[in-house]
Amino acid sequence: MSRRPTARRRAARTGQYLALLGYLVFLAFPLLWLVSTAFKPPRELASLHPGWIPDHPTLGNFRQAFEEQPLLRSAGNSLIASLAAAVITVVIATPMAYVMARHHRSRLSRAATGWIVVSQAFPFVLVIIPLFLVLKEVRLIDSLAGLIMVYVVWSLPFALWMLAGYARAVPRELEEAAAVDGAGRLRALVSVTVPLLTPGIVATALFAFITAWNEFFFALVLLKSPRKQTMPIILTHFIGTEGVADLGPLAAASLLATLPSLVLFAIIQRRITSGTLAGAVKH
Amino acid sequence: MRRRTLLAAPAAGALLSACAPERRRGAGGRITLRFQSLAWQRESVAANKQLVAEWNAAHPDIRVEYVQGSWDGVHDQLLTSFEGGEAPDIIHDATDDLADFAYGGYLADLTDLLPQRLKAEIPPRTWQTATFGGGVHGVPFLQEPRVLIANRTLLQRARVRIPGPERPWSWAEFEDAAHKLTRDGTYGVAWPLKEPVSATLNLSLSTGGKVFHRGADDKVTVRFDAADQRVPRVIHDQLGGDRTAARTTLGMGGSDTLPGFFGGKYAMVPLGFSYRQQIVQQAPEGFAWTVLPSPAGPGGDQRQGVSPQTLSIAADSPYQREAARFIDFFLRPPHMVRLARGDWMLPTGRTALRDPALRTRRHGWATGTALAGQLRPAPAQTVRGYPEWKDKVATPALQEYYSGAIGMGELRDRLVDDGNLVLARYQR
Repeated sequence: MSRRPTARRRAARTGQYLALLGYLVFLAFPLLWLVSTAFKPPRELASLHPGWIPDHPTLGNFRQAFEEQPLLRSAGNSLIASLAAAVITVVIATPMAYVMARHHRSRLSRAATGWIVVSQAFPFVLVIIPLFLVLKEVRLIDSLAGLIMVYVVWSLPFALWMLAGYARAVPRELEEAAAVDGAGRLRALVSVTVPLLTPGIVATALFAFITAWNEFFFALVLLKSPRKQTMPIILTHFIGTEGVADLGPLAAASLLATLPSLVLFAIIQRRITSGTLAGAVKH
Repeated sequence: MRRRTLLAAPAAGALLSACAPERRRGAGGRITLRFQSLAWQRESVAANKQLVAEWNAAHPDIRVEYVQGSWDGVHDQLLTSFEGGEAPDIIHDATDDLADFAYGGYLADLTDLLPQRLKAEIPPRTWQTATFGGGVHGVPFLQEPRVLIANRTLLQRARVRIPGPERPWSWAEFEDAAHKLTRDGTYGVAWPLKEPVSATLNLSLSTGGKVFHRGADDKVTVRFDAADQRVPRVIHDQLGGDRTAARTTLGMGGSDTLPGFFGGKYAMVPLGFSYRQQIVQQAPEGFAWTVLPSPAGPGGDQRQGVSPQTLSIAADSPYQREAARFIDFFLRPPHMVRLARGDWMLPTGRTALRDPALRTRRHGWATGTALAGQLRPAPAQTVRGYPEWKDKVATPALQEYYSGAIGMGELRDRLVDDGNLVLARYQR
């Protein structure tokens, strides 16, 4: 009698792992194919029966990509724009999200929520010309500063919405307990609320970073000087008319372009997990 | 606006001064022209950069700054730059993308800016491709015919007549050849039809197809008559009738068909002339291939539509004369040859086309240059509303027709009825 539920549980667990494995394979497939393509010589790229492991692995695609395009410089530009956008977004969004969470019934908070929803409905092409004209007026066309401002404005609504959700989950009682222990409002915020918000802040920063890192259209339109171009722009230089592409160097450059996001995520994912647990215990 | 400027300026902080755009006129009166090039292949980029360097060395007072643009998103990028008054001085694009910019007044009329030498170098029919509303808004300098890239071994084994520019296949002979080539798991032809509209329209010129008809009131209407239907019907029948064309390539772009072509799955692939570069780079060792002209219409009519690449000058540029001087230098016959070889395309200039480097039989150059005289403006490119007609009406309708989901009657109805509704909005 007692074995049956255990067997059923095991079967269910096996099914869960299989589903997870399938999902992981589905997610990893494009990245693994990218890795495979980056190391293949041109003739293998046009093989009728392509394999995962290159028959004659080569670094030629990486060499060509570096020779033809300023990958390091563009990666540096992307890094500056993305890090700055992530930091500024978080600095602005954190106190705003806190206020929205603590006063979610106020008129201001509801207006902010409405703004968040409405802002998500605007496609890039609708705002780009007015945005271009405004930035031109303040001499921020062809500047990373202008691009960073755009990225912050573009990421802010969703970042706010994300962080407000985290802030709502922090019990108000903890701040009250801190107040009982003699902490002022600011001290309670800094010492109690913000640490509990860490996973949310990290997740929001990651979202803002990746959004900016991958962004193509604003950068294409707003940056004119070659030395200021970001990584997504440089990647399109391997693509010609009618979608014809120099596939090997494109894959090599794209692979390099995915590394910062992966590294960043690997570093801070521990913060997300530990922060979540910390919150759970205190609650 | 001024108040907003004052409010926003401090927010930009210290980065502002570091990132502000450069002034265009330097000390000593030297001017800087921005040249946005869309060249992307290694040899082509090298040729472009080399020519810019040669110009800069010879003209210290007019410096040209080379900016590599991208075909991906170029229309939106240019439109925004034009609206914001920040467009490059010299703009590389293609004639099928120029209509809106030309009619919108964003591109300078080059009629009085270009020297007679350059005007005489390019044939009038090619100038037509960049003429909008009576003004010339671009210098067409590179073009590519659509050709048949064929597996020479399979052609010889099937014992079909090998056509040349002097004696091309008729469409019926092409169908017959595809039939003979289809055997042992090999399809006679693979039509990459991810973008079916330009291929269909441009090839239909050989059968007298026009699709777009301009009336005395200068308004354009869509018709889809017997001459327009001949080429689509051939493709449709090869795909769904005698199965001499592979159905799997319906959603493919040209590059996607190459593995199957190299693997012997397809004997012929209709592709743009520049695809030869990929074939040279990717074909397996010893793979024998050849370039054949596209099939001809009645009376050996080999006309086909093309949308040449162009160089234009922004209407807002304060240095239009200097930009025109650079274009004249950039497109001198030997330079055109270098650009054409870099892009594996054909130059538009008469002298450049006579260059021995482009007359060699190696890699099919001679076949392409022999077709140059038959290239005409693509039927659609001066039609306002064409991009919308293409995306919303023609592309889905042709894809459904080629896949067998709809018949010729419904295809005609959709192209004409829905199409004319779209065009009417642009011609009120």
